[in-house]
Amino acid sequence: MSIAIARPPLPSQDKRWKLVEATIRRHGYAGDALIEALHTVQECFGYLDEQALRYVAAALRQPLSKVFGVATFYHHFTLKPQGEHTCVICMGTACYIKGAPAIIAAIEEKHGVKPGQTTADRKLSVLTARCLGSCGLAPAVVFDGAVAGRIGQAEVLKRLETLLEAKKA
Amino acid sequence: MTPEELSKIVTIEQDTQRQYKHCVRVCVAAGCISSRSDEVQQALEQEAARLGIDKACQVKGVGCMGLCAAGPLVTVDGEKTMYRQVKPEDAGEILASLDGEPVKRLACPTDVPFFTRQRKIVLENSGAIDPERIEEYIAADGYSALLDALTTMTPPAVIDTITRSGLRGRGGAGFPTGLKWSTVAKAGGGGQKYVICNADEGDPGAFMDRSVLESDPHRVLEGMAIAAYAVGANKGYIYVRAEYPLAVKRLKTAIRQAERLGLLGSNIFGTTFSFTAEIRLGAGAFVCGEETALIASVEGKRGTPRPRPPYPAESGLDGRPTLINNVETFANVPTILRKGAEWFAAIGTEKSKGTKVFALAGSVANTGLIEVPMGITLREIIYEIGGGIPDGKKFKALQTGGPSGGCIPAQHLDMPVDYDSLAKVGSIMGSGGMIIMDESSCMVDVAKFFMEFCRTESCGKCVPCRVGTAQMHDLLCKITDGRAGMADLQLLEELSDLLKSASLCGLGQTAPNPVLTTLRYFKDEYLAHINEQRCIAGACAHPKQAEVEAAV
Repeated sequence: MSIAIARPPLPSQDKRWKLVEATIRRHGYAGDALIEALHTVQECFGYLDEQALRYVAAALRQPLSKVFGVATFYHHFTLKPQGEHTCVICMGTACYIKGAPAIIAAIEEKHGVKPGQTTADRKLSVLTARCLGSCGLAPAVVFDGAVAGRIGQAEVLKRLETLLEAKKA
Repeated sequence: MTPEELSKIVTIEQDTQRQYKHCVRVCVAAGCISSRSDEVQQALEQEAARLGIDKACQVKGVGCMGLCAAGPLVTVDGEKTMYRQVKPEDAGEILASLDGEPVKRLACPTDVPFFTRQRKIVLENSGAIDPERIEEYIAADGYSALLDALTTMTPPAVIDTITRSGLRGRGGAGFPTGLKWSTVAKAGGGGQKYVICNADEGDPGAFMDRSVLESDPHRVLEGMAIAAYAVGANKGYIYVRAEYPLAVKRLKTAIRQAERLGLLGSNIFGTTFSFTAEIRLGAGAFVCGEETALIASVEGKRGTPRPRPPYPAESGLDGRPTLINNVETFANVPTILRKGAEWFAAIGTEKSKGTKVFALAGSVANTGLIEVPMGITLREIIYEIGGGIPDGKKFKALQTGGPSGGCIPAQHLDMPVDYDSLAKVGSIMGSGGMIIMDESSCMVDVAKFFMEFCRTESCGKCVPCRVGTAQMHDLLCKITDGRAGMADLQLLEELSDLLKSASLCGLGQTAPNPVLTTLRYFKDEYLAHINEQRCIAGACAHPKQAEVEAAV
């Protein structure tokens, strides 16, 4: 006789939850799939909210405290929703000595946001990365997932302008 | 998969290659892709089709060619003709020149030291084969070392070969690989064992592992399978940073292809040996490069290290004996088995054998990826291969080993590069990042940068590291702000000593290295900050210095 283990219901009708469940199922609902499951949630939803953490905890039968602990331990996971556009400035050694701090200062002056913050209109999130591994192209900045290398402050501000304009039109 | 089937794939692939008169290779590793090499590849393919020469001229995406500074890079018919900074518009001109003279305007000379001084073992297929096709890897002798090991060698014989080759761990500390393998092999009498590939390349300034995974992922899988056979494991994990999406994608493709051909899975080559490999994504925690923290992360926990012993070789993943090696270490294994331990041991220095891949970055003309024999001098790397310092600036320091390493001044440039010499001057080999700094970098500021890194990356488990890195960072801030006195300098030295001796894992133990080496070689810069409120390099904005300048 097999005992059916109760699986928690999906938090909502949103189809993206099926992808999350698929990841968890692929790992046999085992506790060690926690990080993989959180990766899928963040890929699908952009960030981890309380509902997601509770669902993942229930599905993997892990204490919520552990799930919260893991979600906040790793830099890659974010508990806050991101803006429409993201701009990630690499702060690796090579980028640092080639002028990444000046880029951050320029963005802060123009758009009024520090790394880790999102503009009030939720259009732009500014983030920093530890190292993108594009050191040969330092300084590197990632605009909405596309890496741009050997980029100066002026060029960064111009690219941001275009990015923000594009959505308005 | 049988040995005959493997050689059949080689024959078919070689026949296919021979049908093409020309082969145009485009670098599609992450560096060149960020300068739009994917569009260059597309343009070349379309242009070849338009000219109707796509049956005679093969266009393919390949791995890293090394000279990232000049990307996107394209080669025509081998390595002799290389083009730099190619744009999609150049496709027509390149294809039109195939049977004539190369395009002068785009030519990138390959008879320069950057290419001629290198010795490629780990990177032998990088820039030559398509990383997304297993057939090309097999045609380049791929998986033949695994075949030989499984069918003609016993596990102790494999370990013996690795031991005799003198291979040392390429992750940074340089532990003898053969010794590690035999410890795992002897542990735990016949139960479940694991092999883990550490691809959590967290050092800022290092991108060797990423390039290897993007350019030649099968080499790493083959190395892991051989290691698994040698130590008696049947399951492997590759722990990769989430920041390397392209490497993850190519690795996934490689695993799928190897499984389909039966090179991973049950009863490989008809033997009793079975091995499966799975990817685990990191999530941005530097401390996970430490082996016990990495194991915790693979188990889905917070990545905090634990005291050793027991070492993972005895009690690792799931409490089982676990072999953890770095990407580059595994990538050396197939070649060592194919060419023999003596061949490998003949390269390099007495205690550091073989080659090392370095990532050159910072203030140097030829930034990119290089592979050089151990024992080469730092001067040769920077001035011959690297092409020297651009913009007529003066060399100040070379940083190796990331936040765990140190800054090496000009007086040590003629030192040979090997594990022991680097340790002697206070730095470490590290995973292979080399950042070159010129006179415009302030060494106190650099030390502060690394300490800020360690402060945020400290996992918080042990007090010396959690509190010590914060205290040291505060002191360095005080110095660069011009608020510090000589007593602070002494406190900085005392704390360095404390962190080194009392921290739980490598992160805390090595965190003072950047401070200690800069104090040793660039003390004048610290003193100028403290006594004169002045930054010699002009990188730190001192309130007082600004006042003086304003008055002038």
